[in-house]
Amino acid sequence: MNALADIRAAVRVNDFVLKIANVNGTGSASANGLLMKAIFRMGVPVVGKNLFPSNIQGLPTWYEIRLTKDSYAARAGETHFMVAMNAETYAQDIEEVAPGGYLLYDNTWPRPELHERAEVTAIGVPLARMCNAEFDNARTRVLMKNMAYVGAVAGLTGLDLDVIRSMVEEMFGTKAHLIEANMKAIQLGLDYVTEHYPDPISLKVEAMDKTAGHIMIDGNTAAALGCVYAGATFGAWYPITPSTSLMDGFKSFCEKLRIDPETGEKKFCIIQAEDELASVGMAVGAGWNGARAFTPTSGPGISLMSEFIGFAYYGEVPLVLFDVQRAGPSTGLPTRTQQCDLTLAAYASHGDTKHICVYPADPKECFEMAVASFDLAERFQTPVFFMTDLDIGMNDWMVPEFEWDDSYQPDRGKVLHAEDLEKIEKFYRYEDRDGDGVPYRTLPGEHPKGAYFTRGSGHNWKGGYTEDGAEYQEVLDRLTRKWESAADVVPGPVVVEAERETRDAIISIGGCDGAVREALDRLNEANCPVNYLRVRGFPFSAEIEAFIEAHDRVFVVEQNRDAQLRSLLINETSADKEKLIPLLDYAGMPANPSFITAGILAHCQPQEA
Amino acid sequence: MTSMPKPKLDKHLPRNKLGLTIRNYEGVMSTLCAGCGHDSVTASLVQAFWELGLAPESAAKVSGIGCSSKTTAYFMGQSHGINTVHGRMPSVATGANAVNGDLHYIGISGDGDSLSIGFGQFAHAIRRNLNMLYVIENNGVYGLTKGQFSASADVGSTTKKGIANEQTPIDPCVQALTLGAGFVARGFSGDKAQLVPLIKAALMHKGFALIDVISPCVTFNDHKGSTKSYAHTYKYYHPLIHTDFVAEADAIIGEHDEDGALEVTLHDGGQLKFKQTDAGYDPRDKAQAVETLMTPSSNGEIRTGLLYLNEDSPDMHGSNQLPARPLNQFAHEELCPGSAGLEKLLRRYG
Repeated sequence: MNALADIRAAVRVNDFVLKIANVNGTGSASANGLLMKAIFRMGVPVVGKNLFPSNIQGLPTWYEIRLTKDSYAARAGETHFMVAMNAETYAQDIEEVAPGGYLLYDNTWPRPELHERAEVTAIGVPLARMCNAEFDNARTRVLMKNMAYVGAVAGLTGLDLDVIRSMVEEMFGTKAHLIEANMKAIQLGLDYVTEHYPDPISLKVEAMDKTAGHIMIDGNTAAALGCVYAGATFGAWYPITPSTSLMDGFKSFCEKLRIDPETGEKKFCIIQAEDELASVGMAVGAGWNGARAFTPTSGPGISLMSEFIGFAYYGEVPLVLFDVQRAGPSTGLPTRTQQCDLTLAAYASHGDTKHICVYPADPKECFEMAVASFDLAERFQTPVFFMTDLDIGMNDWMVPEFEWDDSYQPDRGKVLHAEDLEKIEKFYRYEDRDGDGVPYRTLPGEHPKGAYFTRGSGHNWKGGYTEDGAEYQEVLDRLTRKWESAADVVPGPVVVEAERETRDAIISIGGCDGAVREALDRLNEANCPVNYLRVRGFPFSAEIEAFIEAHDRVFVVEQNRDAQLRSLLINETSADKEKLIPLLDYAGMPANPSFITAGILAHCQPQEA
Repeated sequence: MTSMPKPKLDKHLPRNKLGLTIRNYEGVMSTLCAGCGHDSVTASLVQAFWELGLAPESAAKVSGIGCSSKTTAYFMGQSHGINTVHGRMPSVATGANAVNGDLHYIGISGDGDSLSIGFGQFAHAIRRNLNMLYVIENNGVYGLTKGQFSASADVGSTTKKGIANEQTPIDPCVQALTLGAGFVARGFSGDKAQLVPLIKAALMHKGFALIDVISPCVTFNDHKGSTKSYAHTYKYYHPLIHTDFVAEADAIIGEHDEDGALEVTLHDGGQLKFKQTDAGYDPRDKAQAVETLMTPSSNGEIRTGLLYLNEDSPDMHGSNQLPARPLNQFAHEELCPGSAGLEKLLRRYG
């Protein structure tokens, strides 16, 4: 037990994980968000993960808050302080607490089944009893219990009550009675632990200055904001977890920014379609007609959209598809994260099709790459896949404040307008006039000379129907050239070089980034340094092939069972597949650095320190 | 093979108000079977557009897959067209229309395209009251795949080999009425005199305008035993009401005809003059329209004409408060809040 005593004696300042176990539908989200934001406002970097069920009410849900003084961006993979508000998961929750950790529970009711662990300090707080005594209606009592545990956690860990108060004020605005009621509940929890647990615990929050210039935002909201900044005017969607909040975000920004105060006219159109076959069709129609159009969805939606995706690829219609990936196959785990649509998106639809994809790693990149996606779609006149996931999309991430360059001009691609058409003899839709694989297009309604017929059936460079093999093939080959030329235009890879020479490397993608970067530090400490490249766009640039070439072993870290990124690398580069070692995490949880560290250490001969 | 252009010899042809001849509204040569009803519908569309004097580039043609959907290439070659995927034309029309409501959207579909694979999209386009002309070239059969029954085949109608259909047909007009369409008509490809005014009126109607056109398939459904053959349709074809369309400029403001003709002025201009052929049929009475269509007639007549008209419900643009200026014509500066806006927007996330 000496080891345990040591753990307890060692105070962890701004470096621990607080996890709250709740019942879905009890209003805990705002209390947990408050806790996280308060820590952030104290200048302490945080990582928040909402682990929720596919359910409206009753099933277990957890909220995990990691305080990370070193500004890591991933889950820690362990829990130091559990707030156990769900009797159903209590046994599981206490098991999860690291030795020397704490468990706060509601001791209003006797718990004969109370599962004790000597290495975990249990802290009983009569949350329900206190709230029942103070508040009248049943729903209020439930909600206030959440605020009471916020107070208890604050009291135990040293969270600044003034910060909490200012946040409660922001949350409820002018509704003074709600501010007072919530503060009262918070005070109840705080006073109780101050009186009954006066000894300091070993987990402490202390003010820092490491969050200045940062915001806390989820990727779906950030992507939605990107759509606004890109000048998207049309969005069609069918509700599906975890993409729903993207369209909610777009709607809310547009309602704020794009409604004429006098006429009530909207400079945007959002249509909730009857299904994903229709939502993508609408985006195709709007893109064909010259608007920046998009549709947010998740894997099952992409499956349904596939026929239209091939149509837009072959007919060369720009649109942006946001795939907020969730665990498949089929309905899979709708509220769990994965990167399982990488190959689906890259080659979506029947026949020979290849698409442009971008892979943001966090909400800041969601904002930036959303804008880039519309530029890519119009420049290359093709569907573009924005591949994010539930973890990026729905969790609040601490990221540097977004920046906007006011000199930005959208790349609307090659469009011949009426005045251009006047000057030319004849317009042919699929003529490669510039020899770069990208033809010119025209918009309906502008000029009779610009008329052309968009079809998914075989067509020649003039846009006419054809069953002639050579004519058909000519168009298909141009499409390949066009797609390949996007390799240098999609967001380029990000490379992190180890401080020491190494022949080992990691290639990863999207939301694994935070976990990989943390693993790099651990691997370096273990004298197994590795270089790191993060893929951000498809088709792959030459730099990616060269990076693989320059290493003996490349661990491909991704969140799916079938090593889809690795498959794409094998398929689209000259890389030796034996060199690419898959490191796969597909249980549905946000990426965890320890699995990467362990996975690589298993292959590593430590260098001399 | 590739598509063939039509010769454009039009020196001596009459010109419309834009100075264009009918040739300016034609497309490439049809590749459908000789005598196909769809080619007659194409000719009526060309005629209607020319007569209305609409600029060819003001139209956008949309279609799905099938013999009917191919026809968008055979008319108005100076208009943009998009031949989409099977059964999904309405969604493409919806997106296109949302971002530019100034164009005349002409959707051409078939009974397979709209009533089987695309039944859902057909229904939802009506629910949204998409402002478009939606033509179903209805022949009760799948032509390109060689003669399977479609969802509009009547019970008892037979294939060429004599096999009778046993499943209940879907009547697109009844469906459209119950889903809230404001313009529901049925025509016959063999009666251009009836069809052209219907097309003109539908183009001027602000909202979803359905014309279900019985359009016989000469190759797979024109035999004895078929209820969608030329012979059968000619025999039982019965206009419930006669409709004339008078363009806005030519509208005669006058009293109702003595025989009880009814006049309706359309929002987008022009006037409709109805002349009843059946005593008591009122094209503004939805319940009567549904009842009439759903009651089998004793003599097997096929009721045609403008069956229902209601100009009162807002179209998709109206119900979405879309701007008068098309969404595809806004400059980026009008849409992007810039760096100053960003700082403000992000405040709540700090």
